[in-house]
Parts: sequence; structure tokens; C-alpha cells
Amino acid sequence: MLLAKVKGTVVSTKKADSIRGPKYLLVQVCDHREKLRKQYVVALDLVGAGVGEVVIIAQGSSARQTKMTFEKPIDAVVAGIIDLIEEKGTITYRK
Amino acid sequence: MLLARVVGTVVSTRKEPKIEGIKFLLLEKIDPKTVKGTGDYVVAMDGVGANFGEIVFYAAGSSSRMTAVTQNRPSDATITAIVDAIDVEGTYVYHKDRD
Repeated sequence: MLLAKVKGTVVSTKKADSIRGPKYLLVQVCDHREKLRKQYVVALDLVGAGVGEVVIIAQGSSARQTKMTFEKPIDAVVAGIIDLIEEKGTITYRK
Repeated sequence: MLLARVVGTVVSTRKEPKIEGIKFLLLEKIDPKTVKGTGDYVVAMDGVGANFGEIVFYAAGSSSRMTAVTQNRPSDATITAIVDAIDVEGTYVYHKDRD
């Protein structure tokens, strides 16, 4: 799984994923200290994440292992909103 | 999924029968902040009827086979949406009618 920061949203009305009322979030991959990477992903929001929040994304076929994305052409989902990350006893991120 | 712009078409007449009758589009990945091409290209199957110049996003890997057009076909990249707008931190960096 990767950590990512929600940067915005992607709107599409003409789509072929047969998901009703999906919310596509534009996320930028980051590390556990919120350092941003150059990689951007469009991920289907499953948890109501907002801009600026750090989230966890699942990619590949694993992104289809949820009720909303089962057998859908989705390869990235926002699976959770992060509250806290700890590394070797130090908190590297707190919501 | 990844954001890209439709920059061309790819035609193949001698090919695997299971990709017969499918439209291939040439996509260039874009940097969402600037909406400019990154120089990284992909050939994707068209699942939504995308046109030249449009911003789209595509599903890759096995998920790309989960559309009516690409089911059970050797596809690893399918355009699943034509993008109307992209907003980054509250401002539209791309809007279909405006740009």
C-alpha cells in the first residue's frame, strides 16, 4: 500500500466504470513524514477523504476487492484516512 | 487510474484475433498540476469513445479488462473516463469547455 496526500478531485460524466456517483480523488504519493513524491494517482474514494488529508491507497487488482469496486475497471482506491504514523517510537505524522 | 491526454491513434491490421475491432488510442501521461505532457506514452483501448486532445484517465492491469469492450481480451490499459474537470486544492487546473 502507499501513503498519499489528497490534492483535489477529478470530475467525469462520460465514464465506463458503471459505478453510480463515484468520487475520484487526485492523490499525490507521499512518505510517512508527508514528504511528497512526483507520482499522482486518480483513486476512487471509499472513505470520504478530503483535500489535505493523508490517506492509504490500494492499487492493482486489490482495488477491486471492495463492495463498490468488485468487477469494476478500477485499479486504485482510497482505502483509509490516516490518523497517526509512528516510526521507531517517534510520531512522524498526526492528523 | 492515471491521467493522460489523447494525442493520437494506433492502427494494427495484423494482430491477435481477440483484439479485433477495438480502437487503440495513443495517450501521453500528464502532470496534473500543469496538465502538460510528461513524455511518457501508453497505448490504451478506448472504452468510452474518447477524442483527440481530450483529457482522460485509464485503468491498467487486470482492471482494464473489466469493461464490456475489453472483457476477456488481452488488454492492460483501458480508457475508462473522459475528464470534465480537475481541481487541485480548490482551483480548476483543467476544465473541458474552458481549455
